Amino acid sequence: MTPRHTLHIVSGKGGTGKTTIAAGLACALATSGRRVLLCEVEGRNGISELFDVQPLTGRGERRISRTPAGGTVYGLAIDAQDALVEYLDTFYHLSVAGKALDRFGAVDFATSIAPGLRDVLLTGKVYEAVRRKIKNRPNAYDAVVLDAPPTGRIAQFLNVNLAVAGLAKVGPIRSQADSIMRLLRSATTALHFVTLLEDMPVTETEEAVAAVQPTRIRIGMVIENMATPSPLDNDQLQTAASGSVILKVPGLTIKQNQALASEFAIEAARTLQEQQRHDRLTALSLPLVQIPFDPGGIDEGAIFAIAEQLTDQIALEAA
Amino acid sequence: MTSALKSAARAGLPVPFLDIDKIIGDRETKIIICCGSGGVGKTTTSAAVALRAAEAGRKVVVLTIDPARRLAQSLGVGELANTPRPVSMIDTAAGGSLDAMMLDMKNTFDDVVLAHSTPEKAAAILQNQFYVALSSEFSGTQEYMAMEKLGQLHTEAEASGRWDLIVVDTPPARSALDFLDAPEHLSALLDGRFLRFLLHPTRGPLRLMGAGFSMISAAMTKILGAQIISDVQTFVRAFEALFGGFRQRATSTFELLSSRHSTFLVVATPQHDALREAEYFVDRLTEEGMPLSGMVINRVHTCALAISPERALSLAEDLADTSAVLEVEALRRHANLMRMIETETRMMERFAAARPTVAQTQVQSLPTDVTDLQALRRVGSLLADKD
Repeated sequence: MTPRHTLHIVSGKGGTGKTTIAAGLACALATSGRRVLLCEVEGRNGISELFDVQPLTGRGERRISRTPAGGTVYGLAIDAQDALVEYLDTFYHLSVAGKALDRFGAVDFATSIAPGLRDVLLTGKVYEAVRRKIKNRPNAYDAVVLDAPPTGRIAQFLNVNLAVAGLAKVGPIRSQADSIMRLLRSATTALHFVTLLEDMPVTETEEAVAAVQPTRIRIGMVIENMATPSPLDNDQLQTAASGSVILKVPGLTIKQNQALASEFAIEAARTLQEQQRHDRLTALSLPLVQIPFDPGGIDEGAIFAIAEQLTDQIALEAA
Repeated sequence: MTSALKSAARAGLPVPFLDIDKIIGDRETKIIICCGSGGVGKTTTSAAVALRAAEAGRKVVVLTIDPARRLAQSLGVGELANTPRPVSMIDTAAGGSLDAMMLDMKNTFDDVVLAHSTPEKAAAILQNQFYVALSSEFSGTQEYMAMEKLGQLHTEAEASGRWDLIVVDTPPARSALDFLDAPEHLSALLDGRFLRFLLHPTRGPLRLMGAGFSMISAAMTKILGAQIISDVQTFVRAFEALFGGFRQRATSTFELLSSRHSTFLVVATPQHDALREAEYFVDRLTEEGMPLSGMVINRVHTCALAISPERALSLAEDLADTSAVLEVEALRRHANLMRMIETETRMMERFAAARPTVAQTQVQSLPTDVTDLQALRRVGSLLADKD
């Protein structure tokens, strides 16, 4: 049996609903009595917007949702500067120095210009949250879900520990980076990609899967978000897409039936294209999960619905 | 806001129209910047605007920064180089031209180093570990280099007359602020006390900090290790002469962006998060006094059949147990489409009510991907079209 994943990293091209899926996954993992932490690193307040709670920035780990299953989801917006000061305090008891460094411009320098350091600090905070359980620390989580940077930057983001490790040949930042990398590569970490069944997001997913390979981080699943599946078979879809179908809905005029048919032709063509993209993703030999499009927009209820679909479709390691 | 517009907003009247052709047609418009969150079609919008301008007689260069090389695909020019290349197959009847390029941040950075230092110094910088990481790994560098490249293109355009319009696609920003903040942030960092300390640890007011100073030194060495500090010092020392130039050029690019020759298009889709980011962009641009033309809303769904989702679903239900499977599926899909349009309309109305003076143009959702010039032309005409 594969060990339970305790760290889920969710990436995806912009606009694919990465944050929504990360939130859905966190809710799916928060089964009865379990605590799950959902983190974001891009300072966009995406999580608080999604759950309609106060912005998380600078407010530590806050409870954002109780799931219908009886679990709890906490949210955290990780900030590189805060993470640096916290890191100094935890490892060196240097909170005073941290403040001095901040005034001095060093914190800004370290977190924005020093290569790789920013990402090490962000992943370092995630590392700390995951390790709490292992070390029996208070406020431990059963699982941590990271709403990670988009596919275009994910390999660089996760590999930056190596970049720093290469830069710093010795010293504490090197050993910190090494530890983070060990966690990311462990069997309890999974990286998931969210995509739409459109050409460019699928292409970016293929590229990201290839780019992540050298990092030896395990890829969990590919989530086909906002899919529009159809109960019709391929022949029926082909016929509908060709525009030659004559629809006869009783109660509609001939004109309305024609308009419906031409609208359906476009919809059927789209589903056919989606199936081709699904086939391309199948070639990646990774578990695929499909989340149907929700025309009503995304709110907490929609997130719980996604959580349910994720639970149904994959054997999520529920307790 | 004028009182006329205020009452227009209250009455729910149509928002002002963003007239792309007017912007393109104004010869004083020399730079168009497309910004917005990821995945909203910025690259496609930039390419479509650039193509439309070129076919209307402007001499255009389009700069894309996206690492997925999507513009290259859209323009059918394969790999784009770090220098502009002509796009063939466009209609040049009006006397325009179109060049396209993609930002290669490492090369751009290297060029800056080579152009502004002695060969010996340049060699030292290019080999420095810190520089290598900064110029290739660090994500913020993209924004800095985009500004640098934009400045270069502008200088070249002014000098040679090769282009009279630059269209810029902004990086897939970590946050909406990055592109705007890059030059100022860079100036602040390079001018900051920290770098001056690294260069001259024994000079200046920090010398007097006493205990604070040694604490900082100790902390730096502890966190980073002595070797990184010495690497950084070497880098900073070699780079010192370049800093002033960076700051100066970043400042002048910022001024260029604020001038009447530039204009910003905020790109979004009719979804909650994209519109929220757009609102953020609009507010930031307004605060900074940047010239904002308006919003492009991509992938807006439309429907020619006015049957409500409720009626469609009820009709589908009536047919559920019959052999009319195509009818049922067509009605179900129609109901979904109508509900999506309702959601999108609600989102756009909310935005228009919150920011009633922002001009808008909508581009309807297309059934196929935009991958060739013909499709880009179609996007261009949808952009320019009022309905």
